[in-house]
Parts: sequence; C-alpha cells; structure tokens
Amino acid sequence: MQQFPCPFCGLRDEREFHFAGEAGKPRPDTTQPISDADWAKYLFYCANAKGASHEVWVHTTCQEYFVMTRDTVTMAVLGTHALHEVPA
Amino acid sequence: MSTRLATSGRLIDRSKQVAFTFNGKRFTGHAGDTLASALLANDQMLMGRSFKYHRPRGVVASGAEEPNALVNLGEGVTHEPNARATTTELFEGLKATSQNHWPSLEFDVGAINQKFARFLPAGFYYKMFIHPRPFWKHIYEPFIRHSAGLGKAPDAETRDPDTYEHFYAHVDVLVVGGGVAGLQAALTAGQSGLKVLLIEQTAFWGGRTPVDGGEIDGKSAEDWITEAVAALEVMPNVTLRTRCMGSGVYDHGYVLGYERLTDHAPEADGPRHRLWRIRTKQVVTATGAIERPLSFSGNDIPGVMLASAVRDYVVDYGVSIGDRTVVVTNNDDAYRTALTLKKAGLSVPAILDVRVHVHAPPLVAEAKAAGIRVLEGMGIAKVVGGQRVKGVAVCSQAGEGAMVEEIACDCVAMSGGWSPVVHLWSHCGGKLLWDEEHAFFRPDASRAPTGADGLPFVTTAGTANGHLHLNDALQDAHSAGKIALERAGGKAEAGAVVPQAQGPDEAAMTPVWLMPQGAGYELKMKAWLDYQNDVKVSDVQLAAREGYESVEHTKRYTTLGMATDQGKLSNINGLATLSNALGEAIPQVGTTTFRPPYTPISMGAIAGEARGEIFQPIRKTPIHAWHEKNGAAFEPVGHWRRPYCFPKDGESKHDAVMREVKNTRESLGLLDASTLGKIIVKGPDAGRFLDMMYTNMMSTLKPGKCRYGLMCSENGFLMDDGVVARIDEDTFLCHTTTGGAEHIHGHMEDWLQCEWWDWKVYTANVTEEYAQIAVVGPHARDLLEALGGMDVSKDALAFMEWKDGELAGIPARAYRISFSGELSYEIAVPASFGQAFWDLCMQVGAQWNITPYGTECLHIMRAEKGFIMIGDETDGTVIPQDLGLNWAISKKKEDFLGKRAQERSHMTDPTRWKLVGLLTEDKSVLPDGAYAIKDGRNANNQRNTQGRVTSTYHSPMLERGIAMGLVLDGPERMGEIIHFMKDDGETLVAAKIVSPVFYDPEGEKQNV
Ligand SMILES: [Zn+2]
Repeated sequence: MQQFPCPFCGLRDEREFHFAGEAGKPRPDTTQPISDADWAKYLFYCANAKGASHEVWVHTTCQEYFVMTRDTVTMAVLGTHALHEVPA
Repeated sequence: MSTRLATSGRLIDRSKQVAFTFNGKRFTGHAGDTLASALLANDQMLMGRSFKYHRPRGVVASGAEEPNALVNLGEGVTHEPNARATTTELFEGLKATSQNHWPSLEFDVGAINQKFARFLPAGFYYKMFIHPRPFWKHIYEPFIRHSAGLGKAPDAETRDPDTYEHFYAHVDVLVVGGGVAGLQAALTAGQSGLKVLLIEQTAFWGGRTPVDGGEIDGKSAEDWITEAVAALEVMPNVTLRTRCMGSGVYDHGYVLGYERLTDHAPEADGPRHRLWRIRTKQVVTATGAIERPLSFSGNDIPGVMLASAVRDYVVDYGVSIGDRTVVVTNNDDAYRTALTLKKAGLSVPAILDVRVHVHAPPLVAEAKAAGIRVLEGMGIAKVVGGQRVKGVAVCSQAGEGAMVEEIACDCVAMSGGWSPVVHLWSHCGGKLLWDEEHAFFRPDASRAPTGADGLPFVTTAGTANGHLHLNDALQDAHSAGKIALERAGGKAEAGAVVPQAQGPDEAAMTPVWLMPQGAGYELKMKAWLDYQNDVKVSDVQLAAREGYESVEHTKRYTTLGMATDQGKLSNINGLATLSNALGEAIPQVGTTTFRPPYTPISMGAIAGEARGEIFQPIRKTPIHAWHEKNGAAFEPVGHWRRPYCFPKDGESKHDAVMREVKNTRESLGLLDASTLGKIIVKGPDAGRFLDMMYTNMMSTLKPGKCRYGLMCSENGFLMDDGVVARIDEDTFLCHTTTGGAEHIHGHMEDWLQCEWWDWKVYTANVTEEYAQIAVVGPHARDLLEALGGMDVSKDALAFMEWKDGELAGIPARAYRISFSGELSYEIAVPASFGQAFWDLCMQVGAQWNITPYGTECLHIMRAEKGFIMIGDETDGTVIPQDLGLNWAISKKKEDFLGKRAQERSHMTDPTRWKLVGLLTEDKSVLPDGAYAIKDGRNANNQRNTQGRVTSTYHSPMLERGIAMGLVLDGPERMGEIIHFMKDDGETLVAAKIVSPVFYDPEGEKQNV
C-alpha cells in the first residue's frame, strides 16, 4: 500500500485517497462553439504518462483536492501541493 | 521403515508424550514434533494423494515448501483444509485427516487415472472439455468439480469460533527470517539504535545452520545463535517474533506479517492469528534457500525426499526415514546427509554423485573416509517401488538410463542444488539475475524494489542472496544490515566486529535438469516436476512442442507451480526443462511472477476483527430502533438499512406492501425518509454554482420554494435527482438520492475546488443532522393540523413550497413535495427529535389508521405516477432526454454540466430508446430487465432487441402489473404491442406501450 502526503494532513495511507483526474486539464469554455473532436478530447483523452505524471487526487478524510506528481512506473511520489498553488 | 531413533532430536522433548489421530487412528509423538515428524516416527509415510492421478505421496520436505503432506486439520467449526504437516506443530488431541482420496488413503479409486496418464497430458482439461458445448454444464463441470480440489471446504453453515486481529507496526528496519543471516543483520541494524523488528516463520531461531553445522567465532553454531538471540532480546529497540512469517512486501515499505499464535496450543487464550501490518523504512530479506528435487523416474514415490529434509528429521526430531538411504546429488551439501545418517548408525549404501571429482572436496573426502561408497558420474534411472521405495536402479548420468546396478534401499535423499528464496524480494518489483555457477536466480542488488522516494527499500542477506557458504552468508548479512540501517537514516556502530565462521569449502555443483540426461519418454513421464499438481518433465516438453514459449503461458497450460505450494520446489526445474525444450537460455525464458502471500494465510487473519456486525458498520436513521421493534423487513440501501415493508403477524411481504400502498393512498401513510441526502450549498455564488450542477435553472428559485432538479455528469449522463429548496438568498438545500449523498457532495466539491475555485460557495453534507419523515395521503394535512403549530393549509403552504415552524412543539421544516402523487409533506426535524416526532405521528394518526410504509411501497407509488428512480431508469448510459425529462432541462442557460455532451451525435440520435409505460396483456408482472425482441438476429446471432424493462411492479390500485421501460421510438408507438422475453429465453410476454403515468394522470390527488 502506497503512502501519499496530503498537503493539509501529511503522510497517509493510499486507501484514504481517490484519484480525481489528470491535472492541468481546464474545462473548455462551453459558451463558445467547441468541435465534437475537441470535446471528446476533453472528456476521454488523457496523457497517461509513463513516468512522471501530474494528477489530481482527493484526500477523502479531509475532502481536499490537491495535485500530486508521481512516477507511474516506480510508484515514487515526487511531490504534492495544494490546487492553484505553484510549488516553490 | 521410518522410525524414531534412540537418540538425537534437538527440537523434541522425549519426556513429553503427545497423543493425536490421523485418519481416526491414534498415534503418539513428542512435544516439539511437527505432525510430519510424528507421523514418520510412527512409520506413517503415506500422507496424501496427488491432485490429478491420485498417486500415493509421502512427505518430501521438512518446511514451508512441502508440496505433498497436506492434511485436513480439526473438525466441525475448527476444520481447516490444506495444512502442511511439516509446519503443523503437534499438540495434544490434534486431529488430522488426509485429502484427495476415496474410499481410503491406502486404496484409492481415482488412482486409476495414472493408468490413463498417457491420455491425460498437459492441457488435457483445455483440450477435452471444450466441445461439445452442451456437455459442459451437466457432464464436464460436475466431473471436474468432483475430482478437483485437495482439501474439503469448511461447512458454509459453521462459524469460525477463533478470533483474529490486525496489528500495526512502524519500524525502521524489518528483518524477515531468523536464520543466522537474519540474526546477524538484526544485530548490525539493532546496534545502531534504530527500531528493528525481526520475524521468523518457524518456532525456533537459527534456520538450517544447527543442522548443517559449522562454527562461528570458535563456538558451535547453536551456541552462537543462542547468544545472538540473547543479545537481541536485551536491545530495547529490537522486537523479535517467532511463528511470524513475512507474507508479502508491498509498495512504499508496507509488509504483511502472519503470526500464528495458538495453532500449536489451541487451548490458549487470545487470537489465533495476528496479521502484522508493518510500515518500515527498510526491509532485509534473510529468507534462506530451498533445496531442489532431481527429476528422475519415480521421484515421487514415498521415501524419496530432499536430502536436507532427511537430515532435518534425524537431527531435529530423531526420526529416520529408512534404514538404508541412497543419496543422489549434484553438489557437496547432500554429503552432509550421508554423514549425518552414518553418525546416527544408519546405513548409506551409496552416494550417487553426477559429478566426477579429480580432487575430492572436503565433504566428499569425509564421506569416503567414513566408509561410504561414492559412485561418481552416476544417477538414478528409476526408483523401484510403489507405495514405498524398495530400491534404485543406478545408471550413468550421461547415458539413457541403462541400469548398471540395483541398490536396495527404503529412502532416497536427493539434492538438485539450492534456490534462494527470492519471493519477498520480487513481490514489489525486485529483479533477479541468473547465477550460472550455482544455477539459480538471485536478487540483483542493482535493481532493488524502490519506495516512495524512488530509492531501494529492500536488501537481501545470506543464502537468500545466493551465499551458500556459512561465512559468506554471515559477512553478507552484516553488510545487508549496514546498508539497511544507513538507508533508514541510522549510523552504523563504529568498529563493529563481524563474526567469522568456519566450515568446509564446497566444490562447484553441476546443474542437472533431467536424470539421466538422455532419459526416454517412459522415464520422463514418471519424472515429476510439480508433485502437488502432477506435472511431469514430459508435460512441460509437450507444452513446448505445442508452441508454448512464454513461461507464464506454460505455467497455466500445464498447471506447473499453480498448486498451494506455488511451485516452491518445481519452479526452477520446470523453467529449466522448458528452456531446454525451447533451446533457449534460462534467463531468456525468465521466471513466473512471485506473488504474495509467501505461503497461504488464513482468511480469518485477513478479516481480522472485521466480521459479523463490524464487518461493515450499518448506518441507522434516528427511527431505526422503532423499525426493528415493529417488525420491519429491512433491505440494504447503500450503507443504510431501510424498511422494505412492515409485515404484520402472519402477513407475507407482498401482502404487507399491497396493504401499505392502499392504506396510504386511501388514508394516511408514514415513511422514514431520513436517508435522503441533504447538502447545504451556501454563498454569494451558490445560485450560479447550482445552475452549473443541475440541468434546470436554480438561481431563479425564490426563497421558500422548491424545485425538482436533475444532475448530470460532464459526459451528459443522468447521475442524481432530487428536490432543491432555496432557504434564503445565499442558501440552498439540495436533496439527493439515498445512495448519492456522499458522492454528490464529493462531485460538488470536485468542481468547486478544481474548476470554479474562485467562486464563493460553501457546501456541507447535513444528511444525518435531520430526521425526515414523509406524511403522505388524503389525511396528511389533517394529521399535521392535529399536531398543531404550523399553518399547512393549501394557501399557506402550496405545492413545492417549504416553511419553518413548529409541529407539536418540535422545531420542524415542512416541505410540501410528493413522490407518490398524494397530498404529501416531508417534515425535517433535528435528528434528536426524530423518534419523538415519529411517535407523535403514530399516536395522533391512529384515528386515520396511519400506516408506516417501506421502500417497496414508495417504489410502487412512484411507478404508478411514472416518476423515475435513479438506478432503475438510469444506469450510467441514460440521459434525461431518454426519460422524457426535457422539461427539466433549461433552454435559457448558456451552460451546465452535461449540456455540451448531450449535443454529441450519439446523444441526439433519434433511435435512442425512450421511456414509456408498459401494460402486459395478461396483467402479469414483467420480469425486471427483460428485453423486448425484434425480428432478425445480430452479427453475434443473438435476437435483435428494441427495448428493456427498467421498473416493474404489481400495482394494487390498478390490480395488475405495471412497468416502465426504454423502447425504440417508444413515445411515438403508443398503443402498440411488443413482446418481452422471459428469463427462460423462450417465453414471450405481450405488453402494450402506454404513458408511464398510470395513476391519477391529472394530478388531482395532491392538488388539494
Ligand atoms: Zn488531508
């Protein structure tokens, strides 16, 4: 079982977390026309990087969403930070 | 015969007799015996039958790797199948029975299978049982079920009376394995002051070394072990546990340990097993090595054993396997067995060594000096005997098996070399390298498992790291301990003195994968690789000929290594056989994956204390106790238990439900709706936010009003529904479905935190803060007026309005909403008033025959009105437009979650199935989920379909079956008859397409 550092609670077991999506994928402005292809890309396509991957996770016990960078091959955790904060 | 020797047996206490039974027969052993050693002491060599051919099998090994001696332990509630006799410590009153035979262990009908062995080759099951298809259900499956499986499953009706527990441990260095290497690694790590945990799967320390001999720092190995344990015991930072197996290594330094506390002493108090959930910075695996069998004809006949096991039984338990033992080997270590037997006064007619020695290495020289005949370059052509070894036919290893001599014996001690136990190293991604010199895989230190920081967190030590010589193992263990402690952030003790061991040098081994090298088919089909699953050399070669190249595929095709021992003995021999057959090098073929647990662990240990009521805690409404007292029949809804109905004495559930519907519609019903989700959404941007969350416009809702809303995912699919009430300018209360409260709250937070993080909105899930009680039926208003305190008249509280006040002195919020079509109020009171309010309703409502009702009545009433239910009409592929809910989708809003997705071509496809009502021609109830068939067949030769049933009930008001369903062009086909297929796949039921609103279509009942 992996351990992730919640930026608010510290190091906790993996089972307290849920994956919540790829980081850095803003919702397109739907008040403007968007092609079916672009919309499908937003809905269904992920980079699914091999190696360093930026993801949004939620710590279910404090309900805070945050960004985690981790290595999808080695399971190394490269860092976490609160949403909308640029890590130092 | 196997028997107890007059002397020796370092682990047994000859002064203590222990009585036990095997297959009902009474035996006696000594304290300290294992079940295997005690049976052997009583000449009970035959311990089981093999899986496929039911061949008679005796014990092969002396430890966790044992494939044959699996027994049923205990009976009734304590029955446990597949226990290894070699790791079962004997206790007074132990009851064991053998497995996989009928009618008896000695005479078994299934053994006839071996006569057909020629016709049961690798992949037999796959080849035989594929065709014809109809045979599968009635002939093949019962046959396989009858003949498969070793142990008997415990009786499903019994409950395990023992207790189990989980134990959390946090340490710096975990050392797995309490042999000499594990002890040394723990000493080195412990001296740094770091927190160290040392676990050993057996009941004693020191591993194999006390049997194998050697000196450490001038002391006997046993003395050194005693001193090492004593030194560790006084270190306050070190914890030691025996009978505790390292079961699995997982990500980020997580390790499971399996401690067997009372298996050897069933009368003792406390939990039977304890699952250690260990989080450690570093792991040292000092898990030793396992001896490999040799592949020769008849190597499974009882009396053929691993050479190390033969000497274990003599030294540890004072048990001889036979009077005359032939040793067959490709390495020096097996000579220790010959010397041990000789010293015990037993006869060793010959050592067959496949190697030819120019200069005899020390152990060989010692054997020769002891007068033992050593036949070099020789092996076994075949073993003579059936249920016991009677002798061996000796042949040249280089030949095809021509017998040069037959030697009478009753035990064969074989050694094909040693394989490091690399399981724990490999569980979490540690890689292996092939060691040509010793013909084994050992851990590749440069490719260790890595942790959260990307750095290695497992080190391996001693024989587990491929160091078979005692001193090499000790030095390696010290260095592993040092690496681990430094990686864990500790500092090694300066000037630590590493103990030095003395033992004989050993000559190189010679890999032998088949004996003799040129053995023909007749010999190979009796040369077992996997004893438990009956896989032979010939089977693996056949698989290779049939095109199996991957070791993973070959494993599954032949079942090699798939038995309960997970191939501990067979893995390398099978792999080498496959490599040779494919003409490839062993490292190219690679190994199968090592997966936890190392040996099977009990289900009880995995469950721990999570059983019975606390397996999964149940959520209860404030009125739950009343429901229980009043005979509710419960059903699970999410983690809640909700009353399905309230049957009276002697009443069936169906009759109760029908009564509840009628009473409610004709007079007055009461529903505990507390489980409905309640989420407060508050803030200046709350309206704007809810406009995004719901398909309808919520920002225009006036305080004091309610609106039914639909919630879709960004993919456009309907995910939840419920009534939204605007409390004040900044505050909304959103009702969700019972199952939706948590995930809808999470869904809101996801969007608020990740996307619209600058909007000023706060959400809170207040589901459990309120008891919510639905007062439903023509007398609903009468009841509330009788309770008094709030004006609930038509003018004061119109449909889809709410207001705060008091009812019978209890603070209450009354919502005038209806999920039944009746005059209906949902009253929310603080949870602590829930029971009091319910009681008042029941008392005062008695004059109108008030009837508590359950979820089934609720479902029928909503279906009679054509109201959809999330999870019935929706399944994650349904959009609101499919359900005719276009009226609830705002056309004015620029955007909401799901809007753009609902414009995608598949979502606007006119052939999407749409919601209609269905009335069977014969008034019967349609089967739930039944499909409406259409002419013709699809590409898979299945009947074409044109719709399916989503909700179906017997309506007591209409006295007939009613249903809702999604049907192709449904709304345009009113009055048409279509046919639904019943579960039997044959019978068709005719149903007419109608409006889904079956009852009171004008809505007059609630408009009062
Ligand atoms: Zn947190």
